[in-house]
Amino acid sequence: MANTIKFKVNGEAHSFDGEPDMPLLWYLRDSLGLTGTKFGCGIGLCGACTIHKNGDAVRACITPMSAVAGAEIRTIEDIGTNGLHPVQRMWMKFNVPQCGYCQSGQIMQAIALLRSKPKPTDEDIDDGMAANICRCGTYQRIRAAIKAAAQEPL
Amino acid sequence: MSAIENVSRRWFLKGLAGAGALVLGAHYAPGILLRSESGNMRTDDGRTDADNATFNPNVFVGVETNGTVWIVAHRSEMGTVIRTTLPMVLADELDADWKRVKIDQAIGDPQYGDQNTDGSHSVRSFFDVVRLSGATARVMLIQAAAQRWGVPASECRTELHLVVHSSSGRRLGYGELATAASKLPVPKKDEVQLKSKSAWRYVGKGMTSYDLSELVTGKAVYGMDAHLDGMLFASIEHPPVLGGKIKTVDNADALKVSGVSQTIVIDPFKPPPAFQPLGGVAVLANSTWAAFQGRKKLKIEWDNGPNETYDSDQYKKELQETARKPAKLIRGQGDVDQAFGSTANTFEGEYYVPLLAHAPMEPMVALAEFKDGKVHAWAPTQNPQAVQAIVSSELGISKADVICHVTLLGGGFGRKSKPDYVAEAAVLSHKVGRPVKVVWTREDDIQFDYYNAVAAMYMKAALDSNGKPVAWLQRSVFPPITSIFDVNAVYGDPPHLAQGWTDMPYDIPNLRIENGPAKAHVRIGWLRSVANIYHGFAVQTFSDELAHRAGRDPAEYLLELIGPPRTIDFKGVDYPNYGASLETYPWETGRLRRVTEMVIEKSGWGKRKLGKGAGLGIAAHRSFLTYVATVVEVEVSDDGDIRIPRVDTVVDAGLVVNPEVTKAQFEGAAVFGTSVARSGEITAKKGVIEQTNFDSYPVARINEAPYQTNVYLVESDAPPAGVGEPGVPPFIPALCNAIYVATGKRIRELPLSRTNLGKQS
Repeated sequence: MANTIKFKVNGEAHSFDGEPDMPLLWYLRDSLGLTGTKFGCGIGLCGACTIHKNGDAVRACITPMSAVAGAEIRTIEDIGTNGLHPVQRMWMKFNVPQCGYCQSGQIMQAIALLRSKPKPTDEDIDDGMAANICRCGTYQRIRAAIKAAAQEPL
Repeated sequence: MSAIENVSRRWFLKGLAGAGALVLGAHYAPGILLRSESGNMRTDDGRTDADNATFNPNVFVGVETNGTVWIVAHRSEMGTVIRTTLPMVLADELDADWKRVKIDQAIGDPQYGDQNTDGSHSVRSFFDVVRLSGATARVMLIQAAAQRWGVPASECRTELHLVVHSSSGRRLGYGELATAASKLPVPKKDEVQLKSKSAWRYVGKGMTSYDLSELVTGKAVYGMDAHLDGMLFASIEHPPVLGGKIKTVDNADALKVSGVSQTIVIDPFKPPPAFQPLGGVAVLANSTWAAFQGRKKLKIEWDNGPNETYDSDQYKKELQETARKPAKLIRGQGDVDQAFGSTANTFEGEYYVPLLAHAPMEPMVALAEFKDGKVHAWAPTQNPQAVQAIVSSELGISKADVICHVTLLGGGFGRKSKPDYVAEAAVLSHKVGRPVKVVWTREDDIQFDYYNAVAAMYMKAALDSNGKPVAWLQRSVFPPITSIFDVNAVYGDPPHLAQGWTDMPYDIPNLRIENGPAKAHVRIGWLRSVANIYHGFAVQTFSDELAHRAGRDPAEYLLELIGPPRTIDFKGVDYPNYGASLETYPWETGRLRRVTEMVIEKSGWGKRKLGKGAGLGIAAHRSFLTYVATVVEVEVSDDGDIRIPRVDTVVDAGLVVNPEVTKAQFEGAAVFGTSVARSGEITAKKGVIEQTNFDSYPVARINEAPYQTNVYLVESDAPPAGVGEPGVPPFIPALCNAIYVATGKRIRELPLSRTNLGKQS
């Protein structure tokens, strides 16, 4: 097969020598069983599959395996393993999720947003979160939870 | 399988029953429990059929000897938190410590009664049932303690998770009493006293989702996450036009895709479609991605059939034409024609709402395994018993041999009440002899939905010198949901006409409510709020138009239309009232009036200073037995972009069991309504749906959704009513009425993207 692609997922080394065009999403879900990262649209429009690649929020559904060579991938499963992340705590405090399906992606996106904008304005939140759809419509609570998380030591 | 077993612990409960624990309500528990070898279970000993009929419980509670209380959630969780709320009600009556309660998700089984989690009726239909179940368990635990202590049960009471003998202060935990309680006869309904309202621990105060920590850590298990070792993944190319059939298939290139093992033709449905698979060609592979890739390589020639002529632009004209012609009378009084003929002061309006797709975040997905004559299916379904029914008929096995495990749902909104996608998985597993997981793409989801009906409404009023209507005609035309069950159905059925149409609440001496025929060319289905969406839009927009025409304040005018408090008399009218009796749930205009008055006050109507290009709009609507009034503030830029800074909504849903969760439903409804209004439109050319994904079928994002939605719940002793859906119908006309104030542009057609709201138009 093609060249072996080496990378890390949640701190663990992995290698992949399958179809290099396959999106990372399906590797995470079908091969590793990391199902916290969700399939929503397949073309990078909804954000349900948001993960961190070298600390940046990216869409796993449009990230081919060829693009993860040497990368550090982090998924929702690795967030809050030693006590919940402040974003997760605020998500609970503000009772954000309804169905919850998009929330892994929302949380991954929010963590990345707070990294680049530690004290985000409403406009920052709009810009940072607009690529993540929540069909249940939990946006108001997402906004409140992000603002509250920004008050916590990260 | 370990992850999946989390959502169905039926076998655990069986074990529990055999371990000498108190298991209450086994006579209405699934067959598996009834067949248990344990003599400890309380079956319907000594009960007559009549007792069973009146008791009619649908839930199940078990107390383990370690004190763990198991409560079965028999309704599906799609974000309304019902999986928590009903068990919470039961736990309250049981005086159980919520921290020691575990929730077991029921499989599909008619012995629970109705499990179709739709129509915003879970709480109202099962509130009494689960209270009685919890209270019965409490009474039995008290009796067990009283026997142990040799004192009258009347001297004992419960505190949190324990029974106390009041005078001696002795106490025993529920776990210690479970075995003794399990040997007692189950008291009859009239021997069980429910708690008084003042003693409620949880009801009315509420509880966050039982699954909350799993929802924020990625551990929650949805249908998309179902997994069985050795399963194949399937992606299905459906006929692009409803009712289409395969002419030829060339699967050679598909089979060359790495990971693809085979393709399987699924037979087209036999009309009517109901919940049958649509048919098509399935590509099976060892990963989701391989199945998707293989499917792209299929070469299929289709015989599209008669729906190939369906063109939604043309269809719209036909609906509008039909709406202008006299149609079937649904409800009427006085003489509308005479009134229209005797004055020149009449006003007409035509309204239109297109087809809408559900687009839950989790596309349709199901895992099924056919083995030894039985099917186990794991699915995000709102209706596990419908899964049993369709899989049973597709495979020719009994319903009891279809075991439907209900996962969490990544959104439902009514789509997941129709289990066509689960039937696909079962059919494929039956053919290949392995577990098969069918995964729909977003494109499949949007193109093969059961759409909310497209509707055209015609309204006409005759007005007195004060601009108040003395005659009112309203006519709606929409392809009915019943068309999926009856190919000849063209008229609305009473339950859907009842949604904001038959029950138009104004007291007008001359009234005609009509419905015209429309044939369906796509599958029509329930979508959050259903017919209330288009009916509410027409009635509440027309009302606002009349107000402005009369030069009146729309809020005051709306109150005048609603009039003084009265109970609407539906004598001689087919008005199903959401399946509830009119004695228990009368249509009280006083409650609609009250929420309207309250929203006027809460929103600062007429008092708030608004910026340039801003406006407030109001609307009021009763649906799913709940009364809602909403004020929307909108800002429209010179370019026609809209912003929704604030929404105020007042809700009278009777007794609200879980208030915080209920508020979230109304916040979400405002967002859902924003999506419908801004951009919700499904269209077809040559029978093929034109929208495919969130680019062509956009839904509201955080920067487009209302910035702040304030929800006010009316304190009420009325019986509980719906909360999942009633927020949507008034929101949409309130937004459009606000846009009129802001821009002078009257929105009679949705979505807003069809209208240029900018200054340059």
